[in-house]
Amino acid sequence: MRTVIEMKNIVKNYHVGDVVVHALRGVDLNIKEGEFVAIMGASGSGKSTLMNILGCLDTATNGDYFLDELNVNSLNKDQYADIRNQKIGFVFQGFNLLPRTTALENVELPLLYDRKERIKNPREQAIKALQSVGLKERLDHVPNQLSGGQQQRVAVARALVNNPAIILADEPTGNLDTRTSVDVMSVFQRLNKEGKTIIVVTHEPDIAQFAKRNIKLRDGKIIEDVQIAVPQKADEILAALIGDEDEVV
Amino acid sequence: MKWYRILKISFKSILKNKMRSALTSLGIIIGVCSVIVMIAVGQGSSVRITEQINSLGTNLLMVRPGGSRMGGVHRGEGSFNKMKLSDCDAITKEAEHVKYVSPVIQASAQIIGGESNWNTTVYGVSTQYPDIKDWELSSGTFFTEKDIKAKKKIAVLGQTIVDELFPDTDPVGQRIRIRNTPFTVIGVLEEKGESGMGMDQDDVILAPSTTVLYRLKGGDFIDMIYVSANSTDDMDAAQAEIETIIRKEHKIENSEDDDFHVNSQSEITEMASETSETLTLLLGAIAGVSLLVGGIGIMNIMLVSVTERTREIGIRLSIGARSKDVLTQFLTESITLSLIGGIIGILLAVIITSVMNKFTSIITVISPGIVVLSVVFAAAVGIFFGYYPARKAANLNPIDALRYE
Repeated sequence: MRTVIEMKNIVKNYHVGDVVVHALRGVDLNIKEGEFVAIMGASGSGKSTLMNILGCLDTATNGDYFLDELNVNSLNKDQYADIRNQKIGFVFQGFNLLPRTTALENVELPLLYDRKERIKNPREQAIKALQSVGLKERLDHVPNQLSGGQQQRVAVARALVNNPAIILADEPTGNLDTRTSVDVMSVFQRLNKEGKTIIVVTHEPDIAQFAKRNIKLRDGKIIEDVQIAVPQKADEILAALIGDEDEVV
Repeated sequence: MKWYRILKISFKSILKNKMRSALTSLGIIIGVCSVIVMIAVGQGSSVRITEQINSLGTNLLMVRPGGSRMGGVHRGEGSFNKMKLSDCDAITKEAEHVKYVSPVIQASAQIIGGESNWNTTVYGVSTQYPDIKDWELSSGTFFTEKDIKAKKKIAVLGQTIVDELFPDTDPVGQRIRIRNTPFTVIGVLEEKGESGMGMDQDDVILAPSTTVLYRLKGGDFIDMIYVSANSTDDMDAAQAEIETIIRKEHKIENSEDDDFHVNSQSEITEMASETSETLTLLLGAIAGVSLLVGGIGIMNIMLVSVTERTREIGIRLSIGARSKDVLTQFLTESITLSLIGGIIGILLAVIITSVMNKFTSIITVISPGIVVLSVVFAAAVGIFFGYYPARKAANLNPIDALRYE
């Protein structure tokens, strides 16, 4: 399998007034295509910083980062924007959908910012992405007409729509109840089965159980990196939670 | 991102806050509207002044007798009149830049005719006088060179005289008495209305110059010579020519002053239009201040909008919008706001000026140039006052913008 992410000795320092905060103190990380990784750690462990650097929202102070075999260290602001547009799909804790904008338009948005217009028919592609997260019937709903779980599915569809190298989810279940959380994780598991590389940042061990690999951070360093032989199957847990209710989340 | 998508986003966010957008545009509406109305009023007055001056005659030069000096004492203008009909003939013969020449001999007289009597001024003029004044006849004919030679007692009446003496009958062919001398009416002048100074230009009788000079007034001297130059560009050359010719006619030595004045109409026009241009500029500048205030209103609202939509900007940046995309989006929004304001302002100005033209005595003229200029200016206001907020939005850090609550 191809290596999608390769990080070598990534260091990130923040200056808060005169004090230097060492958020990351040398992180080495390799993630291959098709992996499902959960990055865990308490608050202050540096996982958000790592997430921002992985997502090209922030640059490392030191170290090399190759995304999809491309060295992203030496890129300018516009190139960073293009990488976020083409290589990365974001899913956030707070969903971060545009308000008063339909699900379809939200999902379409990354394609509209693509300068090279690789995808000729953005509307069709957006409908396909929404279909794949099971929201075919809600194309014209605006975010406040959707439940939390549905909003997060729209966000996942938006992350998928441009066929990114990685899907990066930052606490994707943080605002959701248990059942909906499991539901969203089942979407991720299914996408992973289809070959998508997924990285989830979470502080909940329950959620990490659905991933195939768990990485633990503490004080800006990786302290644990384990493969999980048999991850929990979200579908089965969900089925058990719902029983035979016919309600669709 | 394609331009029409950016435009769609702008319209959407403008419509999202209808009241706020309307109030913001109102600043531009008032600004643009007042600039156009003020300039239209200024230009209207300048057009009116030019029209009034032109109604005096086309490319007109007026030769008047000058003051004289006797024993070191200056006398008033016209105190020493040496102008004669022969001066007119000399100008007609010799001047090259001159098209029409007419003497003017004025005689105040009591007129009796038809059912009434009237006091007016009789002007003795040449056959070219109507051409100089650009004055047509509404009926009858004008007198000819032959009539002038024969000192015929015939007259052409102004409309006011016709209204006073012959309100119901056709005056052509009728007889009137001027200072008890019988004249035959051969024509009626077209109505000309009030002059710039508020004088009734139609209260006039025209008669052959010789008739007025020898039969009504007596003596050899004429009051004025009206000269029409070939074109506006020829006015200066014509003026110089006339001066030379009359000096020669009057046998004035090189060392002596002129005993006459040549006034050109263009001097008056220039002075008047300069005054009204200053007025227009002043009015426009005052109105421009309100446009500036409108622009500041746009900047204010755009700044609020950027703060309000920090999260939206963060989302857009995180899914791959470049700074330039965000900049364009916000700039388009402010330009759209100011352009909508500008267009409504123009429509409002058109309505206000046409109401003014219809119901008040103020004449307004909207020139297309000003309309185009104000649209451009409104857009410029949008760019100028929208740029700072838009740049602020574009330079947001996506991480901070996403975390913004």
